[in-house]
This record gives sequence, C-alpha cells and structure tokens, in this order.
Amino acid sequence: MSSSTDAIRDLAQQEYKWGFITDVAEDRAPKGLNEDIIRLISAKKKEPEFMLEWRLKAYRHWETLEKSQAEPKWANVHYPPIDYQDSCYYSAPKQKPNLKSLDEIDPEILRTYEKLGIPLAEQKMLAGVAVDAVFDSVSVGTTFKAKLAEAGVIFCSFSEAVKEHPELVKKYLGSVVPYTDNFFAALNAAVFTDGSFVYVPKGVKCPMELSTYFRINAAETGQFERTLIIADEGASVSYLEGCTAPIRDENQLHAAVVELIAFDDAQIKYSTVQNWYPGDKNGKGGIYNFVTKRGACRGKNSKISWTQVETGSAITWKYPSCILQGDNSVGEFYSVALTNNYQQADTGTKMIHIGKNTRSTIVSKGISAGHGQNTYRGQVKIMKDAAGARNYTQCDSLLIGDKCGAHTFPYIEVKNSTARMEHEASTSKIGEDQMFYLRQRGLKAEDAVSMIVNGFCKRVFRELPMEFAVEAQKLLSVSLEGSVG
Amino acid sequence: MSLLEIKNLHVRVADREILKGIDLTIDSGQVHSIMGPNGSGKSTLAQVLARRESYEVTGGEILFNGKDLLAMKPEEAACEGVFLAFQYPVEIPGISNAYFLRSALNAMRKYRGLEEMDAMDFLPKLREKLKLLHMDDKLLNRSVNEAFSGGEKKRNEILQMAVLEPKLAILDETDSGLDIDALRIVAEGVNAMRSPERAVLVVTHYQRLLNYIVPDRVHVLVDGRIVRSGGPELALHLEDKGYVDIEGAAGRA
Repeated sequence: MSSSTDAIRDLAQQEYKWGFITDVAEDRAPKGLNEDIIRLISAKKKEPEFMLEWRLKAYRHWETLEKSQAEPKWANVHYPPIDYQDSCYYSAPKQKPNLKSLDEIDPEILRTYEKLGIPLAEQKMLAGVAVDAVFDSVSVGTTFKAKLAEAGVIFCSFSEAVKEHPELVKKYLGSVVPYTDNFFAALNAAVFTDGSFVYVPKGVKCPMELSTYFRINAAETGQFERTLIIADEGASVSYLEGCTAPIRDENQLHAAVVELIAFDDAQIKYSTVQNWYPGDKNGKGGIYNFVTKRGACRGKNSKISWTQVETGSAITWKYPSCILQGDNSVGEFYSVALTNNYQQADTGTKMIHIGKNTRSTIVSKGISAGHGQNTYRGQVKIMKDAAGARNYTQCDSLLIGDKCGAHTFPYIEVKNSTARMEHEASTSKIGEDQMFYLRQRGLKAEDAVSMIVNGFCKRVFRELPMEFAVEAQKLLSVSLEGSVG
Repeated sequence: MSLLEIKNLHVRVADREILKGIDLTIDSGQVHSIMGPNGSGKSTLAQVLARRESYEVTGGEILFNGKDLLAMKPEEAACEGVFLAFQYPVEIPGISNAYFLRSALNAMRKYRGLEEMDAMDFLPKLREKLKLLHMDDKLLNRSVNEAFSGGEKKRNEILQMAVLEPKLAILDETDSGLDIDALRIVAEGVNAMRSPERAVLVVTHYQRLLNYIVPDRVHVLVDGRIVRSGGPELALHLEDKGYVDIEGAAGRA
C-alpha cells in the first residue's frame, strides 16, 4: 500500500535488543538424557536422597510418555520434532562457591544483568525490589534476604530451599503439578536445575515485590526452572518474573513448572513479563516455551491472580490456571500475548471451580502481527458442588496486517445450575483510519501503532506492578517494531 | 507569500477522478469556506491537504508555507501546522484524552525542536481550553472519543485544535450532527482561535455554520472544480437558491 504500511513494516522488523551472549566459563553436563544425567544433576546440586528419588520417578514416567509419543500435539502450534537426546540438561557458570555479596559475582554476569536492566545494582535495590536472579541453571544472587527474613518470609533459590527447608519442599513439591501431569511437567521434574522458592508464613504481608529474572545463556541448553510459592493462612505476596534470552540460531527448549498454593484468606499475585528470544524475522531460532503454571486456592477466601505479558519465544504453550477449591476463593487471569514475524502462541487458562461461591475472571488480549499466529485456549469448569460460582471471560484479538491469525478456543463445562457465566469476545484490526487519525495529530506511524496497542492492553497492564507496567509497554513497542501491513 | 497555494490539483480515488484541477490560495489570518453538494470532492480536498495516502494525486502542486506539502507524510504535515478536524473522529480505546493530547502536542514540539511538556505544565493549559469549549473535565480521563456523543466528538476535535494551535485548521463538515447549541459552542471556539497567524478552511454542505463563523471567502465546489468564488454573501445566495442554480451556470460556462 503506502508509506504508512512501510513504516509499520520497518517497525515490525526491529531486531531483538537483548541478543548478546555472555562469555563465562561454564560447567556443563554432556548432551543427552538418561538416569546417569539425572544422578549427575542431583549430585552437582548436592541434593538429599528424596529429591533424587523424585527426579528418577519423574524421569521413568517421562520415558514411558516419550516412548508412547505422548508429547502433547493438540495445541495450535507447529514445529519439527524435538530430539531430547540432543540437548544439554545442566549448565552452570563456573564460579567461586559460597557468594557472600554481589561483589563476588563474576563481573561479566553482572554486566549482562546491567544490559538487561535487572535491578541487582545497589541503587535499584533501593527501589525496593528483591531479585533472585537465575543465570542458566544456578541462582547467582539473592538480594534483600535479610529484610525478608525479618518478616519471616523465605525467598531463595530452589536449590537452597531443598537444602535449607527440605520439609517444606517435600510437603508441597508436585502437590499442584504432579510429575504425572503432562509430558513437559514430567521432563521438568526430572531435570529441573533451579528456580525460586517462596514461603510466606501465617498472617504475613510480604513487605516488598519479589522478582526473579531468568535468562538462558548457554547454547543448546534447556532451561527447566521450577518455582514454588506458598502463602499460608492470611498471608499475601506479589511475585514477578521476567525472562530474556540471547540470540541463537538453534531453537532452545524451556519447560518450566510453577506451583502456587494459597491457604485460607491468603493472596498470591504472580506476574510474568516474558521476552525470550522469538527467532529472527524469517522464523529461524527462538525459544520453545512449554510451561505448566498452576495455582491452588486451597483455603476459603483465598485468591490467586496471574498476569502475563508474553512478547517473546518462537512458540508459547502456556496455561496459567487456578483450582478454586476453597469456598469463596477467587482466580484471575490477565494476559497480553503478542506474536510477530513467525511466532506462535497457544495460551490461555483453566479455571476449575470446586468450592462454593468461587469466582474467576479471565481477560485475554491477543495481538498478532507479521505472520504471527495467536491462539487463546481457555477452560472454565464448574463442578457439581460449586454452587453460586461465577465466571467472567473477555477475550479480545487485535490484528496488525493481513498475514497473521487469531484463534479462540473457549471450553465451558457447567455441572451446577446456579453458576453464572459471561463470555465476551472481539476481534479488531488496526485500521488505516485509526492510523491516519493519530498521524494527523503528529504521531509517527510506529508511535501510533504503539499507542493503539497499549490502549488495547490497558485492562491487563493496570494489573501489573507500576514499574513493570511501564517496562511492559516499552517491551510491546519494541516487539512490534516492523508490524502493521 | 501565501500560507497555502493549491495549483491545478488533480486527485484520483480508485480509478475515479475526484478533483479535476483545483486552484486555491489562502493567506494567514483568513477564513475560507468550501461549499458544495454531496460527492463534489470537498472531503477529498480536506483529506489530501492532511496528506491521507489512499488518495492519489495525479497532477498539480500544493505549497504550504512555501514547502512542498505533497512530499510530506501525514505526521510531517501535522507538525508543519496543518490540522484536520475530522468529520468522523476515530475512537482509541484505552488511551485517555489527556494523554493523547499531550502526546500529540509533544510530538509537534519535538519536531519543532522545542522541549516536551510535562503533565504539570500541560494540564493548566488544557483546562483553559476546555473552558473555552464548555467541556467537562471528565472528558480528559475518558478514552479518546470512546462512547462520546456526536456533539462531544466534534467539540473534542476543536479542543485538539485549540491545544495544537495549527497554522491552517481544516474543519471537515464539523457542523454535521450538531444541534444548534453545540454548533454555537463549536463556532465560538473556532472564532476564539482566529488570529493573523492562522488560516481556517471550513468545509461544509450547509450555510448554517457560516452564520457563526463568518468567512472572508466562499468557494463553490461542483464535480471536482471550483465553479464560483465570492464573499460571504455567496453562501447566503446558495442557501436561497441551492446548488442546482450554480451547477446550471457552471454547465453553461
């Protein structure tokens, strides 16, 4: 068409800004997956026996799944078969053991974090963000520990939790997402190398936002992190994870598991800004992001809220869900998923209403540009005893250009006649008239696109903690560079 | 030098010639009106001046402040001082009116090498313009044009004009869909903006608006050509006799 189209195309073709590779010596396992590798991972991490046993059980289960080709195929995404023996399952930067402060961290790693804008530096710490940074597979620095400890909050790497709080790990690990849950959950349980652990004791409001940055650095390594967050009775916590990966030609696998548990009157807010490498503009490379996230509202009046901004990854397969077991419990899912170039996303949520008067809200905003394919898949299930359950679902798609696609698959199952369900859906396109209007007011084409998209996502952005909402907006603009057609 | 010089402008839309040789000169400080029946090309002229790219200019030239307007992108024309009040303002869900206005103003200030204005400096300026148009503060926090009434949308266009202070303001059928009170308020807003540094081009089907915004010159556009130009009395004549009379005269000429 015209130069407005060109401007939008240029915008969409902006390159991935976080694609630098950090040169640090690594300690890595040979390629391949077998019981010896599992034993090696467990030994490297000096894990207690129960962990090794659990990993081995998971591995054996996964092996049967793999043999019977039980890798999920129902999602609306397409990729060549993954050779699970061709990947390396453990990689850790070589470093001095027992770091006492950030000063001891490899300066190269710190520079990487600096480029990412991760708030590890002193002045950022003053901003009140506690960061547990995961560099490949080993957690390299945890800040704010002391202040959290004062409040009785445990916030540490998963490895540390296994050593320091084995009773908590043993009790809750796999209690929301068992290793038998699905193919990728089984794989994760077998080989996960690190992640975050949070425990907020009874009645404690966590005094600050907790944040983790994940980053896949080494070539051909999968990152399998595992996060477990427990909010005991009356506790509340807000947790944010951000993800970035450098540019590699090969596809990298990321299969994470996140488990949340909220007891009576507890609240957990979990926010994700996912910016893994999406592949280049021809669809080469990029992360396969196959993630299982689930929260259990075990107690009455408990609440779990998921907010996600997904702009990265070549393929996203992810359904952060809530099991609303406690009476009057509340589940929320707010999502922005953007696919540009050849990215594919199949994402959504499951809200399982078990307890009485349970409520759930789903707001999904899908943005497709370039050749991107964006699928919303959501399940709302009202069980027999869930009297008075309510669900509100709003599912909107925005198309930029005419080569992309938006798909919606809502599944609704109601077994109690007192339930109330609302479902709204819309599909819109950034039109030439909208673009012209904004440009006539002096805005450049790319700024006009950003403005329309940010407006479209506003309902979700306002669920994010303030500083991250700003970051998410910027990220969206960058990810869109070179879109509308 | 005149602010706007249109010379022998020819424009096509999808293989149909809409404008067939327009000549028009507007000086700063003047108010001109383009009148004409439906389909005569009035709105096309307004859109071309604002540089809408789906209109293909097949001949002629336009100088704005001595610069080649046809070489400009829409945002460049806007930043140079061309403002179009839309006949059908577009909705932008999720973006507040106040944020939108400040973004637009800052885009223009940046283009002109001025410092961007922060919210603290901007709000008082905006409030003052709101008063001028008898608009409610609440409109500032609502999404741009979303769920606005027809009258609110048109007033919002004039509010934008008042904030952006263009050199040339083009009003494209701003009177359509306005009741008499809203019409008067809009006209007052435009009149308050009249200045020796600014020209206004009022595109309208009816003479009604010209009772309130009295033009210096009136041009009658029929079938892509300006068939007659005159003073404000020409508009009254049209109101009286309709376009048929003029079309007939044009046909004989």
